[in-house]
Amino acid sequence: MNPFRRRFSRNSDGDYAVRIAEEERDLLEYLVPQLRDLLMATSPVGEIDPAARRLFPTAYNEDQKKDVIYQELMRDQLLAARLDALDVLEATTRVDRVTDDQLDSWMNCINQMRLVLGTRLDVSEEDEPTDMDPEDPNTAAMATYHYLGHLLGEILDARIR
Amino acid sequence: MTAEPTRSTRLASTEPTIVDDEDTDIALDSDLPWVVLVWNDPINLTSYVVFVFQKLFGFSIEKATKLMLDVHERGRAVVSNGTREKAELDVFRLHEYGLWATMQQDR
Repeated sequence: MNPFRRRFSRNSDGDYAVRIAEEERDLLEYLVPQLRDLLMATSPVGEIDPAARRLFPTAYNEDQKKDVIYQELMRDQLLAARLDALDVLEATTRVDRVTDDQLDSWMNCINQMRLVLGTRLDVSEEDEPTDMDPEDPNTAAMATYHYLGHLLGEILDARIR
Repeated sequence: MTAEPTRSTRLASTEPTIVDDEDTDIALDSDLPWVVLVWNDPINLTSYVVFVFQKLFGFSIEKATKLMLDVHERGRAVVSNGTREKAELDVFRLHEYGLWATMQQDR
């Protein structure tokens, strides 16, 4: 791996080169089934695992009755879309180039992971990687959260370039 | 705006709350347009929010950035409006991308 090259870059054919390390691919491969399990445990109606609540938000925040109906109709579709994106990431974790649509799924999944981790860790906008305490039992999760934010930032950087 | 998350500002927390108002349907004119709001949150990267606004609504980088800043600084911003069906679709797509979106009738 050449540390002086961007880790995501657009090729002339519109696809994207992916130059992340094997350890990073290992991490993504480790996180995908965990996120899938959390998603699959989400009931089509009613209460949601607190860690997943940011993945299935309220639509009608001023009208609970309308929201119940909305959730009954839409939660399954949202779940299906999330699982589809996970399938794409899982199938492309090890490849060196991805299409625009595949990279979209990468971003979608990385953001889902951040939403779950950020909710569990109750992050605030002031939390910075330099604030991490090695003795804190949440340090590994917080490091993963910050890493995923960095990875997402790199992908965004490649896309707007 | 920077794509470096450790330096970029993150969106602060303003949770939308459910207000149970029995009279909502009676009090509102059914012809009123619906608006889709995106709420501030501490997790989504500002650069990601700009990307999603551009991707879903075809906004220019300038307009998408201005909307993101409205969300960040004022706690929320209206990102689209129209019929109830259109608003539901927009809310769904914003949820799909992990943004905190809600809809209500414009008053």
